[in-house]
Amino acid sequence: MKSSRRKFIAMAGFAALGWSVCPSLTRAATEAGPKLYFKEEGSLEASQWAMAIDTKKLDRQIMNKCIEACHTLHNVPDIDSDQNIKWIWIEPFRNLFYDQSHPNLKNKANQPFLTLCNHCDNPPCVRVCPTRATFRRPDGIVLMDFHRCIGCRFCMAGCPYGSRSFNFYDPRIYLENLSHEYPTRSKGVVEKCEFCAHRLDKGQMPACVEASEGALLFGDLNDSNSDVRKALRERYSLVRKPKLGTGPKVYYLI
Amino acid sequence: MLEKAIKGNILYWGWIFFLLAIIGVGAGAYLMQLEHGLGITGLNRDVSWGFYIAQFTFLVGVAASAVMMVIPKYLHNFKAFGRMLILGEFLAIAAVSMCLMFIIVDLGQPARLMNVILHPSPNSILFWDMIVLNGYLFLNLLIGWVTLQSERKQVAPPRWIMPFIYLSIPWAVSIHTVTAFLYAGLPGRDFWLTAVMAPSFLASAFAAGPALLILLGLIVKAFAKWDPGKESIQALAKIVVYAMSVHLFIVLCKVFTAAYSQIPDKLYHYKFLYFGLDGHTTLATFSWVAIFAGIVAVIILLNPKNRQAENVLAFSCILILMSTWIDKGLGLISAGFIPNPMKEVVIYTPTQPELLITLAIWAKGFLILTILYKVAIGVKKEIEV
Ligand code: SF4
Ligand code: SF4
Repeated sequence: MKSSRRKFIAMAGFAALGWSVCPSLTRAATEAGPKLYFKEEGSLEASQWAMAIDTKKLDRQIMNKCIEACHTLHNVPDIDSDQNIKWIWIEPFRNLFYDQSHPNLKNKANQPFLTLCNHCDNPPCVRVCPTRATFRRPDGIVLMDFHRCIGCRFCMAGCPYGSRSFNFYDPRIYLENLSHEYPTRSKGVVEKCEFCAHRLDKGQMPACVEASEGALLFGDLNDSNSDVRKALRERYSLVRKPKLGTGPKVYYLI
Repeated sequence: MLEKAIKGNILYWGWIFFLLAIIGVGAGAYLMQLEHGLGITGLNRDVSWGFYIAQFTFLVGVAASAVMMVIPKYLHNFKAFGRMLILGEFLAIAAVSMCLMFIIVDLGQPARLMNVILHPSPNSILFWDMIVLNGYLFLNLLIGWVTLQSERKQVAPPRWIMPFIYLSIPWAVSIHTVTAFLYAGLPGRDFWLTAVMAPSFLASAFAAGPALLILLGLIVKAFAKWDPGKESIQALAKIVVYAMSVHLFIVLCKVFTAAYSQIPDKLYHYKFLYFGLDGHTTLATFSWVAIFAGIVAVIILLNPKNRQAENVLAFSCILILMSTWIDKGLGLISAGFIPNPMKEVVIYTPTQPELLITLAIWAKGFLILTILYKVAIGVKKEIEV
């Protein structure tokens, strides 16, 4: 009697341990990530989307237009503190390319550039996310599922480019004019640039590209006739922190 | 056995109500955080983890250290630990519970916690951390309870518990290793990107955990009038001093790598940690305190005479706890995020609500610990009369 009771407790113990590990693993093996990917008629498609930023054409005014276009469209609140949200913003060359610059690089060091999520080929933010709220689409766009994100901010630690923002507050209280093209977010989730995936799916180019007066080029990296590839063929270009192996897909034409 | 927790003197109940009061205040602050979001903390876009995650990291170490008694006791048949082992296991339970609470208060969307299980991502170290932490909690609850129960009946622990005890040894190592891997594998975070992350975590854990245990042992001796035994305290003291020496040595190795290579990416973080950047030197002051406290404690404890004097021992254990807590609970996370990926310095300072919530979780941990210790010592005393 005694010993069978003990056996039972032992079995139950092992079972509980196994139960805590196994269901997750079997699910993990079958599930290939969120299927959030609806294609509409006339959508723009690519095997790998990429952006090229023409630093010779960029000036303050154009950069501000790009930021404005993106942030209004996506309901990105303007919060005046270090708990702010940025999808696309301005950084001086020295901050973006401190590992690829040298002191004699004429006035480049202070020249302001635009920066945004690089939609990496091998994105650490996707790798570290415990819920797959961050995932990479087959066309290379790294997207966020705001409803799945638990707000652990592991992706922010994982991104080596500082491309992600966290909703420290409910963003809606900072928004006056709502854009109805894109949902607002709730507090406690991470967000970032999403290459306007929702616009591409409707056949439109990203908002910043449209606003950039030709300074931002966007297209399929694997199509040798695309604007991006043409520009990369003709101009010298840089990507941020290439040695990390993340494979950034935002190129800076110098 | 739990009934032992509800019989206590005025001191016991005073302590319990003191802890409950702190928990109450912290709960209020947490409700505020639930309502307004993590904006009430000092966290920001660049330093996205702070005090909560730092406490979690420190406490995983405390939890892992129970293994430093399990190994000698069960693998080397070191009997002296038999008396005290339960205190180590119950400390592990309290520590892991605090870890889990710190993770939960750090989430932006705690209501979605279950997403980690509903949409598991084995790529994520956080997923594995959750598994090993919960598993370790379960193991220690089971082992602690079963061994205590058989002690009460004055029979040998049942044989079926042995596999769990042996399993708990690698499992303890795993909780700390996996936690170290949360940091160690991130590209672009040069302060954390080192292979000695897990070993250094283990070394500081094997110093901090047993140091806390020695203090708890001495407290139990003074207040509950139950002596955990001189031999076990002395053995723990030896573990503390050697583990702390290894920890300091690894710190030196890390600093050397950064300083001698002079690679700016590595160096900036250490400059921030020990000298401050852009005039922000608060953390640097703490870091030096940690170094000196650690060195002084090791020098004191290396001498067996000092280890035997209980008040000197207690003082050194406090120094060690201070040193390792600053190392994990303040320095590790901040210096990892500062400077940020753009090489800008954005400072993080915990806010008052954040500190209150942190304090409340510590109080909850001590509440769990007090109740478990009350039961354990009640049982020990019962069989000894
Ligand atoms: S830039 Fe950062 S957020 Fe964007 S895909 Fe790369 S790692 Fe992820
Ligand atoms: S904060 Fe959200 S998106 Fe980022 S890692 Fe956590 S769950 Fe994933």
